[in-house]
Amino acid sequence: MHWIDYARPRTLDECLRAFAEHGSDARALAGGTDLLVQMRTGRRTNGVVVDVKAVPELNELRYDRDAGLTLGAAVPCYRIYGSETVCRLYPGLIDTVSMIGGTQIQGRASVGGNLCNAAPSADAVPALIALRAACRIASAAGEREVPVEQFCTGPGRSVLGASEVLVSLRLPPPPEGSGACYLRFIPRNEMDIAVAGAGVAVTVANGRFADGRVALASVAPTPLFVKAAGAALRGEPVGRAALARAAAAAKAAARPISDMRGTAEYRRNLCEVLTRRALERAVERAGVSLA
Amino acid sequence: MSTFTVDPARAAAPRRESSGNGGPGVGGYEPNMVLASATFDVVGTRPVRHDGADKVTGRALYGADVHLSGTLHGAILRSPHAHARIQSVDTSRAEGMDGVFAVVTAADLPPAEDKLVDVGEGETKLAYVHGNILARDKVLYQGHAVAAVAASSPHAALEAARAIDVEYELLPSSMTAPDAMREEAELLHADLFKQEFGEKTDQPSNVAEHFAWRLGDVEAGFAASDAVVERVFDTATVHQGYIEPHNVTALWNHDGRLHIWCSTQGAFVVRDVTAKILEIPVSSVKVTPMEIGGGFGGKIPVYMEPVAALLSRKTGRPVKIVMSREEVFLSTGPTAGSHVRVKVGASADGRIRAMEATLAYEAGAYPGSFVTPGGMCVFAAYDCPNLSVECFDVVVNKPSCAAYRAPGAPQAAFAAEQVIDEVAARVGMDPVDFRLRNSAREGTRRVDGPKFRRIGCEEVLRAVRDHPHYRAPLGGPNRGRGVAVGFWFNVGLESTCTLNVNANGTVHLVEGSTDIGGTRTSIAMQAAEVLGIPAEDILPEVVDTDSVGFTSVTGGSRTTFATGWAAHDAAQKIVSEMKARASKLWSLEPDQVRHSKGVYSANGRSAGFRELAGQCSRTGGPVSATATVKPRGVGGSFAAAIADVAVDPETGKVDVLRFTAVQDVGKAVHPSYVEGQMQGGSVQGIGWSLNEEYCMGADGTMKNSTLLDYRMPTSLDLPMIDTCIVEVANPGHPFGVRGVGEANIVPPLAAIANAVHDATGVRMRRLPMSPPAVWSEIARA
Amino acid sequence: MRSAHVETTINGQPAEFLCEPRQSLLEVLRDVLRLTGTKEGCNDGNCGACTVEMDGRIVPACLVLGVEAEGAEILTIEGVAQGSALHEVQRAFLEGAALQCGVCTPGFIVAAKALLDRNPDPSEDEIRLWLANNLCRCTGYDKIVRSVQAAARIQQQESAS
Repeated sequence: MHWIDYARPRTLDECLRAFAEHGSDARALAGGTDLLVQMRTGRRTNGVVVDVKAVPELNELRYDRDAGLTLGAAVPCYRIYGSETVCRLYPGLIDTVSMIGGTQIQGRASVGGNLCNAAPSADAVPALIALRAACRIASAAGEREVPVEQFCTGPGRSVLGASEVLVSLRLPPPPEGSGACYLRFIPRNEMDIAVAGAGVAVTVANGRFADGRVALASVAPTPLFVKAAGAALRGEPVGRAALARAAAAAKAAARPISDMRGTAEYRRNLCEVLTRRALERAVERAGVSLA
Repeated sequence: MSTFTVDPARAAAPRRESSGNGGPGVGGYEPNMVLASATFDVVGTRPVRHDGADKVTGRALYGADVHLSGTLHGAILRSPHAHARIQSVDTSRAEGMDGVFAVVTAADLPPAEDKLVDVGEGETKLAYVHGNILARDKVLYQGHAVAAVAASSPHAALEAARAIDVEYELLPSSMTAPDAMREEAELLHADLFKQEFGEKTDQPSNVAEHFAWRLGDVEAGFAASDAVVERVFDTATVHQGYIEPHNVTALWNHDGRLHIWCSTQGAFVVRDVTAKILEIPVSSVKVTPMEIGGGFGGKIPVYMEPVAALLSRKTGRPVKIVMSREEVFLSTGPTAGSHVRVKVGASADGRIRAMEATLAYEAGAYPGSFVTPGGMCVFAAYDCPNLSVECFDVVVNKPSCAAYRAPGAPQAAFAAEQVIDEVAARVGMDPVDFRLRNSAREGTRRVDGPKFRRIGCEEVLRAVRDHPHYRAPLGGPNRGRGVAVGFWFNVGLESTCTLNVNANGTVHLVEGSTDIGGTRTSIAMQAAEVLGIPAEDILPEVVDTDSVGFTSVTGGSRTTFATGWAAHDAAQKIVSEMKARASKLWSLEPDQVRHSKGVYSANGRSAGFRELAGQCSRTGGPVSATATVKPRGVGGSFAAAIADVAVDPETGKVDVLRFTAVQDVGKAVHPSYVEGQMQGGSVQGIGWSLNEEYCMGADGTMKNSTLLDYRMPTSLDLPMIDTCIVEVANPGHPFGVRGVGEANIVPPLAAIANAVHDATGVRMRRLPMSPPAVWSEIARA
Repeated sequence: MRSAHVETTINGQPAEFLCEPRQSLLEVLRDVLRLTGTKEGCNDGNCGACTVEMDGRIVPACLVLGVEAEGAEILTIEGVAQGSALHEVQRAFLEGAALQCGVCTPGFIVAAKALLDRNPDPSEDEIRLWLANNLCRCTGYDKIVRSVQAAARIQQQESAS
């Protein structure tokens, strides 16, 4: 690996100053499971690594009935599924953090890192989009909030400016009658990049879908928010017919490429299958039987 | 001795074994059953392995763990292109960098002489080995070594290697055998002339060799058949996938002696090949084989040893090079991708009348694809009078193939065993009954000429038929079961073993076979059996090439067979000597002393081995014996697999639900490690079947050179792997050993394909049977 | 060269070392501290051979920088046995023939021990899931999984008696 300098700020201020000073030469290190591999293979050449794990705001994991979940950008997967509250309220998020890498990777990898890496295949992102998560982004100049579906701009690229840091994610409290799920398809049962993935969230009231959100992984240059799939659900009676229409909408929206993980045709098929299956789980989690 | 306490009784306890003549299924289901043919005191038991404590505590020293004082670190610059002419190599920028001590290129190697070199399990042209170590004029595959650097740290070496400037002129590349066999395909080697049926031609070609075997009259056989099935199959390039990357430390000392520490399946091969490449006497090279983190055939070739040696000579310091995982994929032994046509005909009574195959295997950059053993094995499980097999060894722009567990045979069986299933169905027979009716047996002639001696093909097939797994309900939709059978020859080659008796009745065993899977113990057990002492009283050591007689590679399923045989013979010499010592004590003639189970007796007097060992210095001094062997009595091994799968029709994903491996091993010396070989080989076969492949881009570069994207099975992808050890004693070995390392990887590919067919009705004729491939076949059907 | 000075705890003992910021914890353990029991198989977190425990969680040492060890508690394979007593997982691996070449074994043992520390009675599926980040190419995992089950049984018997 090329030579790097290492900084470990203890406060958010210190952290933001480091990014202000080094700009695009700096890169945040949380779990390092993407960054260190990219540096070793020469895909990233940043000269300064800023270890953000000692910054309290990036390590926060807190639920509040009104504000929802605050998920620090550097919180590793194992802490998330280690929280009973998060397991109970956000099973759709738990789906993702318990499938990123294997046990060892989950000891390091963070949801924030997964997002900042901005891979089209990022497992956490479709679930975050479905759950209406928003990004708290800070720089020495101030803060802003960006919905997760607007965060990624291309493979490996995001809206994050050179001196900005993703501090945390905010997930609104789950509405009454809601359920969410993330499913991905991989050839093995662990340790793979998603060939395709579907993150969904539904809210059910009086036997009808009050809300529905669907986002896909690995079928576009960025994680793909499929508004049409949500629209196919909203107002419809809960049943397999609505799920099939939403799944068809997901398939229609996908813009996959053919590569070594699968052909475009295969991926489109997976979008339909995974969206339907994820919706079935989500409906079940919302407490409704599909029978 | 280790200070750790382990209870050997506990190690032996967990499994009950079925007795000699009870068939499988008798007395209930055992996940690991042994159909034993003979019983011994030590052979057939399950002692804790001698190197175990070192390996569970992290103390065992592997090649990458070698740290000599003053070590420099090497890195190798490799070709980014699949096929290109090297226009120029400029090392000046690298040489000027901080911490850089030396750079070498092919110009530093002596030119290759036109001669053959033994590379472990056979001979090849020295020029090919030479060209693979450092490319001279052309690079023939992505990852081909071009230059190397020695520097003060691994990071500095890597940075410097990246600073070597190479200009390439790109050439068209060929990635598969059919591709490289096209008239217009770019030639890899201007001086490679096709061998046609053993005759050298003057036709430069990417086909290194074309040959055929014929037996009987296949045309007449097909004419007499009621069911004839002909199919074409393709398999992708796959890698052995050992977890430990290749590594070497070389010290070219100031006395002219070269000492190499490395991870290899054959220290003597490394010694001999390195000496030939560097044109130095073999006597000035010493190779210390460190513990080896897996090989499966892939750690027989010599890659970096001569390079590290050159760097050491230039710098006067030890130089260590450790490959990255990417280098392992790009630059070391995959096994051949294949293109195989098989045609089989049978009459309505279920007799196979004719079998015909054409096999074209990808050798990689240099000749030697293992198509020959593939062709010899393709129909080896069948007794058929009319056979025809044609083979092509084809060079392509991929890394030069290395052996991989029964090299060449799995690809052939993938094709043949699917066609056999189709023919069985056409004649309305159960696939196992059909195989049994046509099974090879003692006296069956193989297509390449030899007649089988005592073999266990029928016994293996009967064990499959009678196994509870074969009749168990599948228990769900989209599920299927498949079986297949396969053959591997096993080899003998050469081994040496020395036994030194200690005064306390223990025995040091010195051998030269690197221990990849517990062979220290399986070899020691054979000496213990002869001496009539516990396995724990033998203390085996694998030593360097200066300290033991010549020993061939750990490969070809030969180590327990041949080095074990040397241990057996050395132990017999010890027994003779101990008889002589006892006769001295008792003032008798040596032939008056009898030996049984470690007790020496004559005329009412007796003494145990330990007692006599304690008297050695009074009866003539140390007792020690060496034996060398080059055994002829090699016994081939048949293996079969029963696989249950579930196929998700919406995604094409295949899950293996249950798997049973059956193998005739002759005699299982240490049943736990025999089961381990069968389980490991089966799972490599499962990986090969389902998801492993070199994904090559249009430019001939590999797209998945990581363990993330080269998908070897994880623990979560597998069920327990049940085993059924069949013991049909090999009459050519003192304990009946055949060998167990390889035949088990032959049947899984076809067994899983047959199971997928049973579950879905589609025939997968291309590997891997990855989800997209299975899905598109289902969608097309 | 600007090497960093790091103070940490390894296998219960205070340790300090100098390293370059680009050196991984794996490199530091193996090349600086000469604790070579932790193995390198892929250097990108996909094989598990370099598994160590860091502050009570198993991590791939290749994806941790050496400088990140500052103030941390690290457990490597060398710290698993207590004095002359092997850990139950180590004994079970020996007795169950759960290793062949042995190079993945340290990573498996560290990972399996961490599993049993959390879950003394894991199901076969839980064992397979927990160990899915550890690749073994020799055994097909059968005897590894059985040995972890055996270690769990023995640990439970011992804690019950």
